[in-house]
Parts: sequence; C-alpha cells; structure tokens
Amino acid sequence: MLSVETARERAVPAARRSGGNLWRITKYTLVKGTTLLITVIIAVYLTILIANMGGYVDKMRESELRFQIAEEINQNEELRLLTVQERKTYEEEVFRVRAKQLGLDRPFIVKSFIYLWNGLTLNLGRAIHLTSDAGSAYVDNIIGERLAPTLLVMASSQLLLFFSAMFFALFLSRRYGSRLDRLVVAMAPTSAAPAWFYGIFLIMIFAAVLHWLPFGGMIDAPPPPGFWAKVGSIIKHLILPISAFVASSFWLSSYYWRTFFLIHSSEDYVDMAKAKGLTGRAIERRYVLRPTLPTIITSFAMTLIGLWTGAIVFETVFNWPGLGRLTQQAINMFDTPVIVGVTVIYAYLLALTLFLLDIAYAIVDPRVKLGGGENGS
Amino acid sequence: MRAIRNLLNQIKAYPSAVVGLCIIAFMITLSIYAVIKIPYREAVRLWKGGENVWIEYPRNARPEWFNLFYKEKQPVTIVMKTTETPELKTVTDLGNGIAAQDIVFEFDYQYDGFPAELSLFFTSKFTTARPNVEIKWITPDGREINMQSMSLRPSEAYRISQDTRLPRRLNGLQPEKGLFADPANPNKVLKGTYQLVVSGLVFEPEANIEATFVLYGKVHGIAGTDHLRRDISVALLWGAPVALSVGLVVAVGTSLTTMCLAACAVWFGGWIDWIIRRINEIVMILPLLPILIMIGLFYSRSIIVMMGCTALLGIFGSGILSYRSMFLQTKTSGYIEAARAYGASNFRIIFRYLIPKVIPVLIPGFVTQVPSYVFLEATLAVLGLGDKDLPTWGKLLNDAYSEGALLTGHFYWVVEPAVLLVLTGFGFAMVGFALDRIFNPRLRGL
Repeated sequence: MLSVETARERAVPAARRSGGNLWRITKYTLVKGTTLLITVIIAVYLTILIANMGGYVDKMRESELRFQIAEEINQNEELRLLTVQERKTYEEEVFRVRAKQLGLDRPFIVKSFIYLWNGLTLNLGRAIHLTSDAGSAYVDNIIGERLAPTLLVMASSQLLLFFSAMFFALFLSRRYGSRLDRLVVAMAPTSAAPAWFYGIFLIMIFAAVLHWLPFGGMIDAPPPPGFWAKVGSIIKHLILPISAFVASSFWLSSYYWRTFFLIHSSEDYVDMAKAKGLTGRAIERRYVLRPTLPTIITSFAMTLIGLWTGAIVFETVFNWPGLGRLTQQAINMFDTPVIVGVTVIYAYLLALTLFLLDIAYAIVDPRVKLGGGENGS
Repeated sequence: MRAIRNLLNQIKAYPSAVVGLCIIAFMITLSIYAVIKIPYREAVRLWKGGENVWIEYPRNARPEWFNLFYKEKQPVTIVMKTTETPELKTVTDLGNGIAAQDIVFEFDYQYDGFPAELSLFFTSKFTTARPNVEIKWITPDGREINMQSMSLRPSEAYRISQDTRLPRRLNGLQPEKGLFADPANPNKVLKGTYQLVVSGLVFEPEANIEATFVLYGKVHGIAGTDHLRRDISVALLWGAPVALSVGLVVAVGTSLTTMCLAACAVWFGGWIDWIIRRINEIVMILPLLPILIMIGLFYSRSIIVMMGCTALLGIFGSGILSYRSMFLQTKTSGYIEAARAYGASNFRIIFRYLIPKVIPVLIPGFVTQVPSYVFLEATLAVLGLGDKDLPTWGKLLNDAYSEGALLTGHFYWVVEPAVLLVLTGFGFAMVGFALDRIFNPRLRGL
C-alpha cells in the first residue's frame, strides 16, 4: 500500500522538485482515496456475502418490507376495515409486488449488489429489538449515537498511551541498562493480556473492593445537573477504562519503541552527528525521530486499527455506551441488522484510518513528495 | 539437537525466560493431565450436564482453601446415602407387612459458618401404598425439632431450606441458619453432633425407602462451584489444553505464513507483490472481531471454525505491512546484492538472507501473538460466542460476568480463570522476550 519500493533514488532537478509538490501530494491523496474506496466496497461486499450465506440479510429485508406494509395498511382508513383474511391476501399481494420492485425475487448475485449499495449507504432499515436512546429504531441512528462515546474513550486512551510510551522510550534509550530500563524490559511481557482483561481486575479492585470509582457506564445515573458536573462525572468514569488501556500496553509499547530507537541510534549517521558534537535532543529529533517517522506513523495507525475492534469487549466490560457495547447487545439479542451495520461501520473506520495514514505519509515521507505516489496502486 | 541445547544454555542466562519456560511446562503438564483425567466426552458431558450431574454440589461455593485464610471456618458439603452406607438404616418388622424403617443421619458439625442449603432426597419402592416418613432434627443440646411428615412418591425431594413453615418453629430464621443456630446467640453456630432422624413406615412387605441427605457447604474443592453447581475445576483443567492448542497453532501458523508471504512479495515484486498487497488492503479493512462475531452467530461457534477464520484473516492484516517494510529495507542491503552476484537462488535469498535478517526485529510481535490468540478465544467467549461444548477459561469469565460475580463478591470465579489466562500469556511472552534478546545480536546484553 505504501509504494515505497518505487521511490527510486532519482536525481530530481531542483526546479521540478519545488514546483509540483502540492500537486503531487493532492494527486497521491486522490489516488489513495479512490483505491481505499474500492477496497471498502470489496470489504463490505465480502461482509454482506458472509452475512447472507445463511440468508440473514434476505430475511432482514423481507421482515422490513412486511413491517412497512403492515404500517401502511394500519394508517389507511379504508384498508383497516378489511377482514383478517382479506387483509392477509392484500398484504401478500402488496408484498409480492414490492418485493419484485426491490428485487428481492431476483437471483442472489443481483440481490447482493442491492445489499451492497444499502450497506455502503448504511441504509440497513430497522433494528429488530434495539433502539437508540432517542427512541429511533433505525440502524443508522443507533450507530450514530454510539460513535461519539467510542471515539471519546478510544482516542483519549490511545493518544495518551502512544505519546507517553514514545517519549518514555526515547528517555530510556538514552540511558539503557539503567534500573528503570531493566524494569521496562522485565515488565514488557505483562502486555500479553488485553485491556479488557486489566479492566476486570481494575474494576474488581477499585470498584468492587475499594468503592472508589464506578463499575462502569459513562455518566452517573441520573446525570448530574450543570455542564461541569457532567464533565466531571464523565472524567470519573473514564479513569478506569483509560487506566486499563494504558496498563495493558504501556510496558510493551515502551519496550518496543526503546528497542527501535536503540537500533536506530546505532546507525552510522547518528554516530556522525554525535561526533559533530550535537546535543542529545537535536540528535534525537533530527537523526533518530525524523528518519523513523514513517515507521512510527505506521505503527500508530496499526494500534488505532487494533483498537477499533478491540473496543467490543472493552466496552462490554466497562459497560461503556459505545459501538462495542452496541455490538455485544446486538449479539445477545440476535439483532442482525445492527451487527451488519456495525461491521460496515468498522470497515469505514478502518478505511478512514488508513486514508489518514496515507496523507500523513505524503507529508512526512520525502520519497512520496518526489513522485513515488505516481505508481501508487 | 546441538542448536536446541545451545539455545537452552543461552536462555538460562535470562531468569524471566526460565520462569516463562516453567510456566509453559506447567501448562503443558496441566493439559496432559486434564486430557487423561477427564476425557473429551466426559468433559463435555459434565459441563453441559444440568442438575442431574451436579445435584449434590453446592451453588456458588468458594474454593476450600479459603478456609485457610479465614478464622471462621466454612462448611464443606456433607453427603450421606443409605444406598452407600446401609448401617444408617434400621428396619423393624411390625407384622402385617408393615415395617418401620428408621434412618438416622448423624454428623459432627464443627464449622463456624452456616451451611448454604439442606436437602433430603428419597427414592422409595412400593406398589400401591405410599410409605410415610416423619422427619425430625436433633441438635447437640438435645432439642428436637419436628420438621415435616410426608408420604413419599417413588422419587421425592424435601428441600429443607425452602420449607416455608419451618422458620416459624425456628424463631423466624431461615432453616439452614435456624437449625444450626445457638439458642443463646442466633448468629453463632452451635457446634456438635447433629442428627436428622427420618422415621419411615412402609405398608408392604417389598416396600423400601432409601434416602440421601445433602448438607450443601459454602466451600468446595480446589476451585469452588458456579451458579449451576458445576465444579469450576473441570473448566479450569480443560481450559489449559484448549488455550494452548489455540494459541500455538494459530500464532505459529499465521506468523510463519505472513513472514514468508511478505518476503516473497518484496523479493519477487511485480504482480505477486501487487496481488498480496491488494488482498492485504481488503483484509485490513475487514474488521476481524465483528466478522468472527457474524460467523459465530450465523454459522458455527465451534472453536475449530472460529480459529480457522482467525488464522485465515490473521495471515493478512497489519502484520504483513510491518514485515514488508522491514524486508524492503533489507532488500537493498549490500549483502543481498552480494548474494545475488554469486548466483544464489531466489529460495536461498529469501530463506537464508531476507528472513533471518528481520527475525530479530520482529520477534516481539511474533511471540506476543501466542497470548493474543489465547486471549482472542477468551474475548469471543466473553462475548458469549465460546465453543458451545467445550469448557474454557473464557466461558468461565463469561458466566462469572453475566452472573454479576464482581457485584456479588464471588471474586474467585473471575480470578481463577483470569490467573490461568495471565499465567499462560506471561509465560509465552517472557520466553519470547528472552528469545528476542538472544536472536537479536544488536540487543544482546541489553
């Protein structure tokens, strides 16, 4: 995906280099965007194929249609007077016609493309059991409502983790072999357990035994009056989830980055910089961080991707009203439209992450600026 | 062989790795023991068996070793059966086919805690006239409490703790408390020898009464029991082989395949690289957990299907990208150029020069995969998508969580599977990190 290998060390004339940078980056971004869009379409198509292998999407559409027809009949003054039998035949009749209109009777391959379009536009109809807090039963409304809490907890913990681990690692790489450094090496294996797992222990200690922090949820019930009281309550509920995240990944991330930086600070050009007598900070910034920036960004994007799907159990454990908890509820209630919708949303989120990664690449990687993106995909 | 011995010698230098190896060895031993002690079918039968299998086990009992840490000793379950110890029963013929069958359950109660429940189960044999029993409780200080008199059906259960008339005779206390309470201090147990006397009358020559008395304890076995009275140790034992095989098979399989694919993609370039990258892009966008959830819900929850899909999706995905960028750097190194110059085959270059070069950097990721798949199984189980037959650690956590074990204070139920999961995860991770430092010449001695 990152067409690094095509970036040959070309001697680019100075004039060409300065002139087309912006255009190249734009073009590169467009190419990447289109590629990703195609990828998303294929991914959603696969998702729908998996979902419909057992005929679940078909059933979903049919029940949605029947529900609509029944509603219409109920609202129609004349039709309401029909006897049960008449009404049934009328319903069947309308259903047959509508199903034909919607293409429900067509072969699977044609139908699958209709589903694909509905999936891509999140036009997934009604959830079977779940409703949004505002009372809507439409899948897109339900999902939309849950997106923000997920973003809140995931973004805050992930950013905190990433930056703290990286700067801590830089600090460690400067004094490797120290007691602190050895501690990090010794603690690194503890990251083998995922965040939700630490979450269980944290809840057990701080909520069940000590009663210091809430068991879960996002805000006190009922929500406290006033804006700042609300913010305070949310922060109080955020402490345990964020701690769980940081506890589960901090040591490994630090260890990983420390090792990475150690390896890179033994490069010849770093020794050269040291020989020139540059300060440690300048060396770090210009000779260690700068050349490794693409790798750092990739790694950050990868953790983001991991986190999107990791959220499901994490939010279940903390009872956090986000996408993950929604998924879990949908599993328990066997709410197919919601599950398909969540999968599609996750696909979108992943694609968006990758797209941002590509743009970041275009900005930091000189090889992209020099025209590597032309052979993009 | 020598290479392995060499490696072991090097590992000895890292104490954490030795600990890790011990943990892994322990887990392997535990798995072998589990599979031999409780064969697969037996494990499934036990875990899925309801009341019939577990009727004589207490509900939500803590592990027995809890008693070591508390001053107040909690009772273990006491089961007494007339079928197993016929001495409990004395039969006196009263003529006319009528006989008195007296059963005395006598036991010494020296615990500080009250039992959880009390039950009496009768099985009786007769043709028309139902036998009659009178049940009486005799405390160590000689008080006699009449409990119940009933005529028996072929199979009868008298759940003493649920007898709603009994509390009236026990100063309003619940039977399992009131029957054992010290009259002076109702919150204390009166220690001593208790007797449960069942005086039965049968009215036919062939008729017979057999009884089983169960005093459900508050502690049980080494692991305690769950809400369905199941002995948790069964699932703890069987979780080990499941976790180990899932983790090892999936992690080793996928990471080796990923590495080879990435190496081939980089080395051959061209359309091979293109195809691998395109597939990779698509798989990266497919969210693993939701897809697994859909598969689990719509098709099969069998652990083999789930882990197969995980492996299939795990081959591609983020791993291949980082492997690839490492290989790209390596590909331009001088020694690869040299290898090409002396005419090394593609195969040789990939497996002798490309892959060994990146192994050191990639090992942390490689090794943390074993635990991550172990935990993935647990994750799925916690979401309620565990294998429907097998008892696993994840399913225990799921049960505990959905029964609110943390809220009700049954911490052992959460902690036991969690500790085993953590042990397994840490064991592999510790060994992996040491291997990393051994294989990576640049890290040696760090």
